[in-house]
Amino acid sequence: MAILTLTINGEHVSGKDDESLLDIARQHDVHIPTLCHLDGLSDVGACRLCLVEVEGQSKLFPACTTKPQEGMVIRTDTERLKKYRRTIIELLASEGNHQCAVCVVNNHCELQNLAYDVDLQYVRFPYLYPKKELDATHEDFVIDRNRCVLCTRCVRVCHEVEGAHTWDIAGRGIDCTIIADMNQPWGTSASCTSCGKCVRVCPTGALFEKGQTVAEMEKQRDFLKYIVHARQKREWVAEQIEEE
Amino acid sequence: MSNVITIEPVTRIEGHAKITIQLDEKGEVRDARFHVNEFRGFEKFCEGRLMWEMPGITSRICGICPASHLVTSAKAGDDILAIGIPETAEKLRRLMTLGQWVQSHALSFFHLSSPDFLLGFDSEPAKRNVFGLMEEHKDFIRRGIRLRKFGQEIIELLGGRRIHTPWAVAGGVREPFDEERKARLLAWIPEAKETARMALDVLKKIHEQYAHDIPNYGNFRSLYVGLVSDDGGLEYYGGALRVRDGDGNTIADKIDPRKYYEHFGERSESWSYLKFPYYKKLDYSRGMYRVGPLARINICDYIETPLAEAERRIFKAIAGDVEVMNNSFYYHYARLIEILFAVEKIEMLLNDPIILGENVRAKAMINKREGVGVCEAPRGVLFHHYWVDSDGVIKKVNMLIATAQNNLARNRTVRQLAIQYLDGKKLTDGMLNRIEAGIRCYDPCLSCSTHAVGQMPLHVQLVDAANNVVDEFTR
Repeated sequence: MAILTLTINGEHVSGKDDESLLDIARQHDVHIPTLCHLDGLSDVGACRLCLVEVEGQSKLFPACTTKPQEGMVIRTDTERLKKYRRTIIELLASEGNHQCAVCVVNNHCELQNLAYDVDLQYVRFPYLYPKKELDATHEDFVIDRNRCVLCTRCVRVCHEVEGAHTWDIAGRGIDCTIIADMNQPWGTSASCTSCGKCVRVCPTGALFEKGQTVAEMEKQRDFLKYIVHARQKREWVAEQIEEE
Repeated sequence: MSNVITIEPVTRIEGHAKITIQLDEKGEVRDARFHVNEFRGFEKFCEGRLMWEMPGITSRICGICPASHLVTSAKAGDDILAIGIPETAEKLRRLMTLGQWVQSHALSFFHLSSPDFLLGFDSEPAKRNVFGLMEEHKDFIRRGIRLRKFGQEIIELLGGRRIHTPWAVAGGVREPFDEERKARLLAWIPEAKETARMALDVLKKIHEQYAHDIPNYGNFRSLYVGLVSDDGGLEYYGGALRVRDGDGNTIADKIDPRKYYEHFGERSESWSYLKFPYYKKLDYSRGMYRVGPLARINICDYIETPLAEAERRIFKAIAGDVEVMNNSFYYHYARLIEILFAVEKIEMLLNDPIILGENVRAKAMINKREGVGVCEAPRGVLFHHYWVDSDGVIKKVNMLIATAQNNLARNRTVRQLAIQYLDGKKLTDGMLNRIEAGIRCYDPCLSCSTHAVGQMPLHVQLVDAANNVVDEFTR
């Protein structure tokens, strides 16, 4: 492991070579918006909200999956990046069915917060409303694919943390969708342990507890930090983690 | 030459509509129709959603009476869960329903209808509204606005906000009540009671002043339908359905509200998005019925609160021997009696210790595939009927809404007023406004009744048989 020096938004900063640009930026209080990233899960660079500019490179790099290099010069909040981020949120809003007013996670939704952050007052693109299924066959939980942004947090937490690998992705393009086991009703899944981790990590109201009503669902995601820490460091006491 | 007069939109109502008046060759009124030209499709797009979401979604049908849709939808949810809700939850839902009555009734009387009465049907249209009242009858309208605020405050203190609260849910309500909020509401009671009585005094003077006009405002026999309590009292949340005819005969009683569809049918006409419900036991031509304040006061045997009961007796005396008031102008009187009842009943509920109970929500899974919720919304009895699969996903929705149920009677009222006030040759604002005022008696809420959206300016056309515009009027 080596310590590298790089520049973020004109400030000289240092970071380890096995960290991501996102980790280093956060250590230095530089805010980069994210959606598919969640501390404790592997990164896939799917949402493209954390794209940053690297001097000398024409293409943009996702901060969550890019490793630092010595002398790298990075910008995180240029007008071009702001424009792209807004467009990404607009495109997400124009697909699916994101009616905050009647959603279970209204006021507790990461997509909604991002829309506020980019000042999304209107959507320039036509709404697509693809016909997606709501699956309420599980005894305790519901997946409403109309609210899914395909961040794949549920897929990753189920595979990496719970070890069940119930969730997966099927289809391409606008037909892309989250499926349980062999594309069957969630309630009939043999692999699902009903642990509820996927519900908690979901950034929107796509996964929620059955019986919840408008704006009632608040997702606590801290559990993931404890589980992952305990597993990696073989430390099982919450107080120790909090001290660190 | 036959002519058609169009009034579009109808103003100072909740929603968007137009009126057409057809004249025959002699220029006399042949027919008049109240068209609702909006469409929204709530019943369709709720399909595929979860039963638990329905109160939150259906309350969005309306910004005036969302609490009525909310509570009715939650009751349909209770039915699907097949559970009895905690007593505290029922009392709290009753409290919110009455808050909804107060705010909506106050809006109808003070904001929308009283400009006609106090400023005159023929007064200048630009001032014939709540702002005109502020200039000439400041204290009256200020008190009316505050009365509406009281109703809104009940909804806000229970549900967290005035419009579109998601507070009532299948199985009960989301939050218990507390002493502090109770005290805040109790402090309003004397003022609210006083304003209701003041409004009744004003209305009685209006009755005298317009004694000549009132007989033209939808004065005909019809059926009256609504909920009554188990022993026949005025009801707004529970009880069973009663049907009474225009001669005071109770022709059906203790109808299980869940079986509403066995008694009431709907028919569509090509010229309106609003359907025409009727009482099925009689045919379409004789099954016209009215719902709402007039119907409720007509069908109940008593009111449980003393001040409102005293007014009900005066109302019955005016109605005469049959004890049923067949004149739609008396919707206003019935509405004010209901405000008085609501304020008295709110006080009773607030002073009931059960209202502070902590147990407000019962939980259960899907136990029935079908559920009906019923409630007396301000404008009349409201039904929500849902069909679900075994997981609680909505398969089909039917909503029968007060404004739709008054559709046949409202059309007849328009026709009666058109015959009385139009000569078919010249249009004046005052005569058209009288026809609109006939509509306003029913306090129609068209966004509710069509579960629809639309826009609204006023445009009246007199069209001859060859579709030539003979006279035109824009407001």
